[in-house]
Amino acid sequence: MIFLQLFYVFSKIGIFNFGGGYAMLSLIQDEVVNKHHWMTVNEFTDIVAISQSTPGPIGINCATYTGYTAVIHAGFPTWAAVLGAVLASLSVIWLPFLLMVSISKFLLKHSKSKEINNMFASLRLAIVGLIAAAAIMLMSKENFGDVKESPFVFFVSITIFILSFVGTRLYKIHPILMILLCGLAGLLIY
Amino acid sequence: MGLYTEMFLTFAKIGSFTIGGGYAMIQMMEKEVVEKKKWLDHEEFMDTLVVAQSTPGLFAIDMASHIGLKLKGFKGGIVGALATALPSIVAILLIAMFFQTFKDNVYIEKIFMGVRPCVVALILAPCFNMARKAKVNKKNWWIPLASVLLIAAWGVSPIWCILAAGIGGFIYGKIKI
Repeated sequence: MIFLQLFYVFSKIGIFNFGGGYAMLSLIQDEVVNKHHWMTVNEFTDIVAISQSTPGPIGINCATYTGYTAVIHAGFPTWAAVLGAVLASLSVIWLPFLLMVSISKFLLKHSKSKEINNMFASLRLAIVGLIAAAAIMLMSKENFGDVKESPFVFFVSITIFILSFVGTRLYKIHPILMILLCGLAGLLIY
Repeated sequence: MGLYTEMFLTFAKIGSFTIGGGYAMIQMMEKEVVEKKKWLDHEEFMDTLVVAQSTPGLFAIDMASHIGLKLKGFKGGIVGALATALPSIVAILLIAMFFQTFKDNVYIEKIFMGVRPCVVALILAPCFNMARKAKVNKKNWWIPLASVLLIAAWGVSPIWCILAAGIGGFIYGKIKI
């Protein structure tokens, strides 16, 4: 049952999400793309681009979009897909909310303790790995083109990748502007 | 205007105007909640940051629900969380509907062929800053490396990496003198 699956998967993604939107990407990709095949790698990459350029947290954006498309792919009408989108988005929120309500006082009292500090220090380290893994998993044939079958697309993609990396890191170009420029480049080149 | 309505409008506004999340959101939240509405003082706002950082879930929504909780208890928390999430749910629903109609459009595909490699670069770029902030050094470099290998090369669920890092760090903190 698609609605129960959406609820279960996005509740899991919500409660294991430490470290913000990007840290969540590898969790979402693992569940939504690799395990349940609700989205292709291309669709997932596109929704990350859309999330970057629309308001709100990336986790909610991904949940809403996945909920909608997964229900449509399962053969339901639009109103059911809207329901699925809302359900998936709320699933991300409810468990962390209940947890926060029950432990916020405890946390404020113990946030300086050695155990909690060490826990977050090592979580932060793992999250660097999680984000790098999300990027590496997206460096695929689907996103960059096949070297043998479409060498031109592959060459253009690598060039765009390097320019975007240098542009945002060294020249501090705003991510949204960078996305727009690359979209324009795609439209003109291909 | 009741406090609930005012809370709803304020958090919906924060949800609609923070694009890309992160630090821009924190600044806007502080301006609205501390300076304009005076719902919290600066110290209480810092507490909210600590709670949001140390609980799982989405940062903006954690903050909004904690502020709502302080103002009006459990119901206030729910209002804060829902109001922050609502604008992005509506925006993405409209976009999803648009894409279902135009997904085979050749121009849109061309645009996204250019955008996809850029997205990968945008995800990778902040890794280096984060590594510095997470204080990667000679003793702990294997933790991020191990998570990359487990997830990207062996297909292990990231959930296991988070559990291992959290529990491992907690125990290490307990036994360290």
